[in-house]
Amino acid sequence: MKVGLFIPCYIDQFYPQVGIATLSLLEKLGCDVVYPQGQTCCGQPMANSGFEHLTHGCNELFVNHFENFDYIVAPSGSCVLHIKDHLHVDGKEQAATHIRQRIYELAEFLTDVLKVDNLKAKFPHKVGIHQACHGQRGLGLAQMSELVAAPFSKPQQLLNMVEGLELIELKRSDECCGFGGTFCVFEEAVSVKMGKDRIADHVNNGAEYITGNDVSCLMHLEGILRRQNSNVKVLHIAEILNSI
Amino acid sequence: MEHQHKEHALLAEDFNANEPRVNWHDETLWWIRQKRDKIAWSIPEWEELRETASRIKHNVLGNLHDYLLEFERKAQENGAIVHWAANADEHNKIVLQLLQEQGVKRMVKSKSMLTEECHLNPYLAEHGIEVVDTDLGERIVQLAKEPPSHIVLPCIHKKKEEIGELFHEHLGTPAGNADPKFLTAAARQHLRKEFIQSRVAITGVNFAVAETGEMVVCTNEGNADMGAHLADVHIACMGIEKIIPQRKHLGVFLRLLARSATGQPITTYSSHFRSPKAGQQLHIVLVDNGRSRQLGREDFRNSLKCIRCGACMNTCPVYRRSGGHSYHNAIAGPIGAILAPNLDMKEYADLPFASTLCGSCSNVCPVKIDIHQQLYKWRQVITQEGHAKKTKAAGMHAMNIVLSKPGLYKTAGGVGRWVMRTFPAVVNNGMNPWFKQREMPAPPKQSFADWYKKNRPE
Repeated sequence: MKVGLFIPCYIDQFYPQVGIATLSLLEKLGCDVVYPQGQTCCGQPMANSGFEHLTHGCNELFVNHFENFDYIVAPSGSCVLHIKDHLHVDGKEQAATHIRQRIYELAEFLTDVLKVDNLKAKFPHKVGIHQACHGQRGLGLAQMSELVAAPFSKPQQLLNMVEGLELIELKRSDECCGFGGTFCVFEEAVSVKMGKDRIADHVNNGAEYITGNDVSCLMHLEGILRRQNSNVKVLHIAEILNSI
Repeated sequence: MEHQHKEHALLAEDFNANEPRVNWHDETLWWIRQKRDKIAWSIPEWEELRETASRIKHNVLGNLHDYLLEFERKAQENGAIVHWAANADEHNKIVLQLLQEQGVKRMVKSKSMLTEECHLNPYLAEHGIEVVDTDLGERIVQLAKEPPSHIVLPCIHKKKEEIGELFHEHLGTPAGNADPKFLTAAARQHLRKEFIQSRVAITGVNFAVAETGEMVVCTNEGNADMGAHLADVHIACMGIEKIIPQRKHLGVFLRLLARSATGQPITTYSSHFRSPKAGQQLHIVLVDNGRSRQLGREDFRNSLKCIRCGACMNTCPVYRRSGGHSYHNAIAGPIGAILAPNLDMKEYADLPFASTLCGSCSNVCPVKIDIHQQLYKWRQVITQEGHAKKTKAAGMHAMNIVLSKPGLYKTAGGVGRWVMRTFPAVVNNGMNPWFKQREMPAPPKQSFADWYKKNRPE
């Protein structure tokens, strides 16, 4: 199984440890992983700001880098959702369609494709899950609190395999953290307030770590936590699943 | 709207100046969202009900022309007089003429978001006619000379103490009394006088049944009934999308409306108006005001399925923390943000961006409008139509150039991180909105691509 590793731009630049944990985890699980050099961004920052018409360059790069893999995996629900919903390239529509159908967020790749049922990971801490909206409501990584339907959660399913890890309950299980792409700067006041409220929910329920499937949300929450001089840390789910 | 407004982001920033108040507003609306969840879970077929409602409305939107004519014919057979208004101005003129024919200077109106959309109250005031809003929440914001901040809970932004002060000033209640029961009783006395004296009553319409020509008006206070039954003339104002094909479909919509809105099983009053009683006139004003245009926009057509329950507002994490007035539109929140650009794209160009696209709105919507996807699509349309700010457009073009060229991206990333490590003040300053209340991420020495090259040589 040939897996193309997509490391979104801001993870590449600011959170290389998340990329390393993702790669290492996939390799441990027996995947043949390649990170195509020269990849940049899925184009979402422009598209969500109303400039989807500018994303041709990103789309072409993406198709060129990832058209020859069985699966494409990324440690970001949001970027994966964007590719699934919006990747199109004139003249290369077949390749684009292949990618849209074969791209997975890391957790769903582990639960749905690799069908992982045990992990040799240890993380003896109290952890809160931040359900990033695009992964949850867009990709369906977990049941949504608005719907009258049976509960499930792919990230939780994986975290339950980690020795010593204790998941905390939140008052609001899936409220948005307020990152929202460029929303975080154009609507700074509301964005930060939403982030502070999410953090308070985790802190009040005893979290030592906040984890999730989207580094963008975690970056936003980490920025606020560090400004508050909090001891609570953020970690991407790959870092926890890869910890020994 | 005739005047320029601050944009949503700035109005929301003003709202956030008082954090305890934001917390209170957020908690109050979240409580209603929880009530909605609880009652939705009490109905096992809830999701099927939503799907059914969505499909009925789909049928309505596909056959609106025929249903409207059927409704008109039936309503006329029932003895009602039907008026057609292409826009807000025509609507206001029709209502004014009816009032002038009756020679009234003051009249009662129950809740109607359509008349808010058309700015009927200020229009009638200009012509010397005073409208008394009889929904308690609407009366409160009217006394405060403010627009409603929520379509179901018009004064949700007001604390009971503020309402006590308003009533003291306008209705003569004792200063400092903020007991909700006492204030409600005072409002009741005050409104009763208005009901008895008013010869004309305006109501909104929740559902208009094509099959029978009847209208259903849902209230918790019975104020629509008090007004309409006591007046000589009942004027019902409705958007043309309020049609449902048959009476039996009320069994779907009435079950969804109040549960979605407030977590009640049904509104206290679901009143059917069909024929005027002897000596009374019943006028129905059917208003387009941009709805045909929206019907023609394929990507946004579904927004006309809205039954005005307000669930999307209660669940919206942005609405709860920015307040209804920050949307500077009669209809606030996620649904307002997809309806408003159809009315005036330039004026409301900011609203589709007042969202994180979290998608909670679409999940609570009882008629399954894809609200967050429409927000995304409006962003594209607004930019294409030239309503994006020049600075933003320049930033996006620059970002695109960097992200489309791997070499430039690599160099820019490396230089950028070096600058951040060496001269943090370049980014950690007041010009950077991120840094205002958040730390920047710590810039590592090597990117993942650099690490990979060293650790996984080909």
